[in-house]
Amino acid sequence: MKTVLKHITLWFALACALFASGQSFAQETQTEKPEKFDSKSFIFGHTGDSYCYHITEINGEPICVWLPVIVKCKETGWHCFSSKHVCELKDGETFEHKGSQFFIEPIKADKYPGKLVEVKADGNLSRPFDISFTKNAFGIFLVCAFLLAFFLPAARMYKKDPMGQPTKYQGLVEWLTYMVLDGIIRPNVPENKVKKFAPYLLTVFFFIFFANLFGLIPFFPFGANVTGNLSITLVLALLTYFFVNIFGNKHYWKDILWPDVPIFLKAIPIMPIIEIISTITKPFALMVRLFANILAGHIIIMVLMALIFIIGGMYGAGMGGVMSIVSIFMTVFMTAMELLVAYIQAYVFTMLSSIFIGMAQQEPEHE
Amino acid sequence: MLLSTILEAASYGPAIAAVAAAIAVIGAALGLGKIGQSAMEAIARQPEAGGRIFTSMIIVGAFVEGVTLFAIVVCLLAGQG
Repeated sequence: MKTVLKHITLWFALACALFASGQSFAQETQTEKPEKFDSKSFIFGHTGDSYCYHITEINGEPICVWLPVIVKCKETGWHCFSSKHVCELKDGETFEHKGSQFFIEPIKADKYPGKLVEVKADGNLSRPFDISFTKNAFGIFLVCAFLLAFFLPAARMYKKDPMGQPTKYQGLVEWLTYMVLDGIIRPNVPENKVKKFAPYLLTVFFFIFFANLFGLIPFFPFGANVTGNLSITLVLALLTYFFVNIFGNKHYWKDILWPDVPIFLKAIPIMPIIEIISTITKPFALMVRLFANILAGHIIIMVLMALIFIIGGMYGAGMGGVMSIVSIFMTVFMTAMELLVAYIQAYVFTMLSSIFIGMAQQEPEHE
Repeated sequence: MLLSTILEAASYGPAIAAVAAAIAVIGAALGLGKIGQSAMEAIARQPEAGGRIFTSMIIVGAFVEGVTLFAIVVCLLAGQG
């Protein structure tokens, strides 16, 4: 306890000293106005999707991993080129490839912010069919590759030697799997259906958990904000909707479409419509919960980092240095909380999915 | 009449979005405080059940946060446009 207090006092004293020197330094160099920091494009550039994987900038030269752009235009067919050509265009330039002109709309644009548009012959802008390998697609494939590489060898080891002594790696995989299987799936899904739904639920838990974790690691190749993207959580929620409703019991569908209520509630279909809407709102809530939690965490961390540059832009580099100590402390705490949120969101998504699947598989109690 | 002219002239979208986000956070803080209060009272009554109560508290906290973040997402969208 005494050592902690000593550390806190020392760091606070350092911050105060830097503050004092920063103030005097700012007074001296008031002649040059520091340039304004564009915080909005900083924050949304890091949390959104992009065609290139921006790592850093050396001497004004951006160092990126140029991911491929794969589009299909109506007239000119398939185009596949490196995003280097379109990411480094100045304002007003377009990139010409096999007869079509392309450029990327800036984030502040009205119609297609941040997207690749094609300039047609008459000057109109249109969006081609775009299946580019963007940063988020790269992130998804990275998580999938990690999951395959992490879990499949354990399965093979068990298959080869079921009665053998498990290694430490097998023990880890077994612990993780049974934590989800016995903790989340078995309490909610009836026992005879566990084997049918456990693959999907386990996959969705580990995908969300590792995608959240990989979004927190700041360097290449891990920095992609996969689950903070509404499209990806939409697909996960649609999968849950599919598994709940396609494999639903006859009893489940009877309870929705013709429930056991007085006739005046189901003849004019009030109850069935409410029940059908409720089957949609439950996965919708799953989608927005996961998206908003992860995106909010990323935005908070980005804002704390951007504070350094905003203060530095307003008061000069000395104050920026002071701000960076405070900001880094806060960012460390926020990132630790984001680790907890990563696990909790995966847990809640899987638990709710298993509860919905279990509710759809209930046998009616016999009188 | 003067009020409506003022409201037409300036665009208060982002400012009202910020106020709405703050109000949503009030609801979240109250809800999470109640969850924490009842969880701590329950653990104080029966310390052996501490693990299960803690797990339930985390789960209910995630639900309340989810509802709040609905409101935050709407405020973000309102602040943009």
